[in-house]
Amino acid sequence: MSQITLTPGSRTTELMGRAVKGRSLWDDARRRLLRNRAAVIGMAVLALLVLAAAIGPFLVPFAYDEINKNDVWAPPLAAGHLLGADALGRDLLARLLWGLRVSLGIGAVATAVSLIIGVAWGAAAGYLGGVVDEAMMRIVDVLYSLPYIFFVILLMVTFGSNIVLIFLAIGAVEWLTMARIVRGQTLSLKQKEFIEAARAAGLTRVAIIARHIVPNLLGPVVVYVTLTIPGIILAESFLSFLGLGVQPPMASLGTLIADGAQDMELAPWLLIFPSIAMAVTLMCFNFIGDGLRDAIDPKDR
Amino acid sequence: MLRYLLRRLAVAIPTLFIVVTAAFFMMRAAPGSPFDLDRKLPPEIKKNVEAKFGFNKPLLVQYGDYIVGVLHGDFGPSLKYRDKTVVQIIQENYRPSMVIGLSAFVLSIVVGINLGVIAAMRQNGAYDYATMAVAIVGVCIPSFVTAPLMQLAFGAKLGWLPIAGWDGGAPPNLVLPVLVLALPQIAIISRLTRAGMIEALRSNYVRTARAKGLPEPVIVLKHALRAAVLPLVSYLGPACAGLLTGSLIVERIFNLPGLGKFFVTSALQRDYTVVMGMVIFYAALILALNFLADLLYAALDPRVRLA
Repeated sequence: MSQITLTPGSRTTELMGRAVKGRSLWDDARRRLLRNRAAVIGMAVLALLVLAAAIGPFLVPFAYDEINKNDVWAPPLAAGHLLGADALGRDLLARLLWGLRVSLGIGAVATAVSLIIGVAWGAAAGYLGGVVDEAMMRIVDVLYSLPYIFFVILLMVTFGSNIVLIFLAIGAVEWLTMARIVRGQTLSLKQKEFIEAARAAGLTRVAIIARHIVPNLLGPVVVYVTLTIPGIILAESFLSFLGLGVQPPMASLGTLIADGAQDMELAPWLLIFPSIAMAVTLMCFNFIGDGLRDAIDPKDR
Repeated sequence: MLRYLLRRLAVAIPTLFIVVTAAFFMMRAAPGSPFDLDRKLPPEIKKNVEAKFGFNKPLLVQYGDYIVGVLHGDFGPSLKYRDKTVVQIIQENYRPSMVIGLSAFVLSIVVGINLGVIAAMRQNGAYDYATMAVAIVGVCIPSFVTAPLMQLAFGAKLGWLPIAGWDGGAPPNLVLPVLVLALPQIAIISRLTRAGMIEALRSNYVRTARAKGLPEPVIVLKHALRAAVLPLVSYLGPACAGLLTGSLIVERIFNLPGLGKFFVTSALQRDYTVVMGMVIFYAALILALNFLADLLYAALDPRVRLA
């Protein structure tokens, strides 16, 4: 039984050193994510957009609902309106920043709602299994088979459109896919060999959940969250466009586009700038989501 | 295979029943009655009107009546458009929706598959990147952005196509709505096809086909494509749902007299019977299309066929 002697600089120490330092799943994922150019650009642009939505409204000399009679349909750069003004002489930049804030806010809150419902529902179904699982997933199937926007329209019509309800209504509808993902993941994780191995190695249940189940559950959930936010922003804009979402003088990207579409021949900038803002926002989320999926899910590579 | 299909059917029917029930009770839970928007009616007349439509009966009786009616193919009268039944309204308005929906469906499948296959065969080439860039844009830019922009460009500025309107279904009036409706689906279908093709082209049976010396078109079209379209077949159901949802926007923007426009108007007017009838109609349509997709899937995938 010869002992391995460790001489500094030898290959063995090098390997040992690396092994001791360790690279968690998340380190790996982060490294892969940062190597993805589209995702990095997406994150940078998104950070700028969030910053603009957060502090932008304070930097613009106009309020989003400030009516200026003399500036009706002012083109971009005219009369101090960087992006022009609308039919009531309201500054488009101020409204755009405000709309961005509303849309991003709805995206974040409604996603949180869908995350809570979806993870709880999916984990419960996957963990309990059997008849309960069958029943719970059948409910998901039923809701799936409806054109979901109908549900949201119905909720808006039923209880009137106020902004909190929009958060809740959209979040309450968007949890279905999350529930399916979490359930499937929980089901397959429950009987994976590495879980059994961990159990055999004497890990406590808490340790197994924290170290093996959660990281594996978290990956798809994080990816799906990044893809849910743009879906929700889209759904909100869809409703606002139909006149069922955010009510004037409040603005969201959807209402701005709807307003812009009405006056597009007279004042095309009212349509073009909000459309660009919407497209850029959605693209950022999609790039980040795709990047995260490639980074977190090694199977796809 | 028969068992597989029967199992699918056994899910679809209770689903439809639950949809009917949920729609009924949600609409009835809404505050305000459908007669609120009219000028104030004297209480006696209001009572009579409500009695005529059966609103004075207990809720469960109304529900029972409604279910019996639905089973007989009777969705009741519209509450807003007097003298018309829900079925008549659907019959009178489905044509524009069907025309643009079907056209968009065919267009997105043909264009989407072609783009995806070519992109997969030139993986990482300029064409591939260009197609996938267009696909990402197609996914990210919603139809209520593309539609006004196209109206602005092709209708108002260039004057090539009418900005809006149905005009009895004249082909120039159809171009923009169909394009707008199909664009997101083209994007998704081309991405799915590309992913499926890339995987199929790397598989062992394609290598075997190459080794046999089969010509490339036969390998691609007969062997690889068949496997690559499988995920696409499961996407057909969601694609139809997407087209139906998109039709709400497209019919509104382009002012087409179809079901989507009617649905939004009815929902805003609290026309219970019309909204419920149309939801059931939409749900039944989606379930039927999903079932057809399952049939197709079973026909294409031997693993399902033999199970």
